[in-house]
Amino acid sequence: MSILVDQNTRVICQGITGRGGGAFHTAACLQYGTRLVGGVSPGKGGTNDPNGLPIFDTVDQAVRATGADATMIFVPAPFAADAIAEAAAADLRTIVAITEGIPVLDMVKVKAMLAGYGEKVRLIGPNCPGVITPGQCKIGIMPGYIHQAPAPGRKNIGIVSRSGTLTYEAVWQTTQLGFAQSTCVGIGGDPIKGLDFIDILAMFQQDAQTDGIVLIGEIGGTAEEAAAAFIQRAVTKPVAAFIAGRTAPPGRRMGHAGAIISGSEGTALSKIEALQAAGVRVAASPADIGSTLRMAMAG
Amino acid sequence: MKIHEYQARELLAQAGIPVPAARVVESAAAAQAAFQANGSPVQVLKAQVFAGGRGKAGFVKLVKSPEEARAAAEFMLTHRMVSPQTPPQGCPVKKLLIAAAVEISHEYYLGVAVDRAQGAIGVIASAEGGVEIETVAHQRPSAIIRQMVAPGRGLEPFQARQIAVALGFKGGLIGGFADIQVKLVRFFLEHDAALAEINPLVRTTDGRLLALDAKVNFDDNAVWRHPRIAALKDDSETDPLEIRAAAAGLNYIKLDGQIACVVNGAGLAMATMDVIQLHGGRPANFLDVGGGVTPEGAREAFGIILADPNVRGILVNIFGGIARCDLIAEALVQAGRELGFKVPVVVRLEGTRVREANAVLAAAKKDLPTLRTAQDLNEAGQRIVAAAGA
Repeated sequence: MSILVDQNTRVICQGITGRGGGAFHTAACLQYGTRLVGGVSPGKGGTNDPNGLPIFDTVDQAVRATGADATMIFVPAPFAADAIAEAAAADLRTIVAITEGIPVLDMVKVKAMLAGYGEKVRLIGPNCPGVITPGQCKIGIMPGYIHQAPAPGRKNIGIVSRSGTLTYEAVWQTTQLGFAQSTCVGIGGDPIKGLDFIDILAMFQQDAQTDGIVLIGEIGGTAEEAAAAFIQRAVTKPVAAFIAGRTAPPGRRMGHAGAIISGSEGTALSKIEALQAAGVRVAASPADIGSTLRMAMAG
Repeated sequence: MKIHEYQARELLAQAGIPVPAARVVESAAAAQAAFQANGSPVQVLKAQVFAGGRGKAGFVKLVKSPEEARAAAEFMLTHRMVSPQTPPQGCPVKKLLIAAAVEISHEYYLGVAVDRAQGAIGVIASAEGGVEIETVAHQRPSAIIRQMVAPGRGLEPFQARQIAVALGFKGGLIGGFADIQVKLVRFFLEHDAALAEINPLVRTTDGRLLALDAKVNFDDNAVWRHPRIAALKDDSETDPLEIRAAAAGLNYIKLDGQIACVVNGAGLAMATMDVIQLHGGRPANFLDVGGGVTPEGAREAFGIILADPNVRGILVNIFGGIARCDLIAEALVQAGRELGFKVPVVVRLEGTRVREANAVLAAAKKDLPTLRTAQDLNEAGQRIVAAAGA
């Protein structure tokens, strides 16, 4: 078992021909073993990509022809919110938006639209590395080899993170210490996004295969504080965490009314204290994420 | 993207929000002339800089004669403004705003901002304006009213009237305050603002509502679709190295420590700064080269950090995903050949094309005499702090 994606997940790529990473990462995901079944690039329908995958003009056509249930979006930022909306309208259940730099108001509008689909649609990202269930399905830009598929004698860790490359750091450390990963999810660094820490934590808590959880947060917003409250209430599995930005300079934060409206300024310290109060072991250094997890797993 | 107060006032006036007339001057003589032309007995002179804390720093001043206006302007234009929000050396003042002072009966706060937790746009209002809204939120959260805005529709007039009533407005002022809210939200949505604040929004003794100060920021991701807003950008207070980095597509913030870092990804860049500090050093910068970094961009990254005279050591930490380790390694070698690294460099590479990258570094050993590699983040942090003697 795993969460969100597995060996049966059929994936298309929106922006499959683009230089924004779509072409390069389609090949990398295929090589990893992901069941990529096609792509979308308006105006190029009827052709094939260099890997032989069929290209469609619309997501709706791609879904009808391939039976896809997930999408990986590399569409450039000015058009990416529309691509997310198109995927939802075509009944794709799992939408992974890699694109960075989508205007905030575009995301506000798409998020309101997605709310109308309820539980039927799950958006991951945008501005995220994607999601991977090691050995089964990689949707995103993470290097595959740093992950370890579940195997006899290894405990399985679920990893959820707001960062991209810092997630790789955490994954790599857990692999080197002899853990495997059930699923790793990059929820993205944008202020307005799809699934948040709490959604993923709930999935890991329910997933029979996940033995422990690593949460990687950073300064800004209050999602980590909310996650801490949720862990206290609903997560029984061991959790280790790291919060980036302890030494980030103040005064470079977002406009103050944005911090105000969420009721907190979202400093590293407030997040660390909230997590510790919820029984989470928090690594002092990003180099100690793996060893902190090992302590959490030892009880 | 930030704009100045005088620019924000002009934009809000165009949006139909009542803003008192003002002039922008760039010399003491012009300030004196503007005072005379306006004719009001009491006027206010305000330095146009991005940093806050102007009042306490003496860069907002009431003046009562043309001579006073001239003297105050002279002071502001020849002194750097130092406040808790500026760098220690302060920032220069090039423009001043001068306007008639108004007789204030009450000060309110009105703001529109992105609410991350709700994933929506929110209106924030308070009858306790004129002070920092953070202070109000901290000390008397009940004095703040919040209302979410439906995307695509804007603030409904009835929502705006409810807020006006809740703040204690009566009679015709209910409609007046509601109208300002609706217009501010419309302005926010039409221009992809990230923050639009009127503080204070005042009720005058003769019963008018006026926006006395305005602060507007725009969403950097959306400025491309508003050329008129993009044209308002003023880089004169930005560090020259940050401007150079932005032109190269690099996310760079100059800090005051001695150990520079070159990292891919914002989270890992912050974490790398944390590691430097944990081992007793102080970061000289935040630098995220990004995933789509080009060879030219990577080379420019090294050029920028070497241009910072405070740098005594460089930590390169790349976990390749979209970014390729070998591209960074090649840029490092090229920078070593062209610019020469006189300070210690510690490199930690992992991820996409790391083997090729290590081969590139091994082949160029003699061009990079100060270079050491590290296997993990702890080792990298220890080595660079020790080598830099920081």
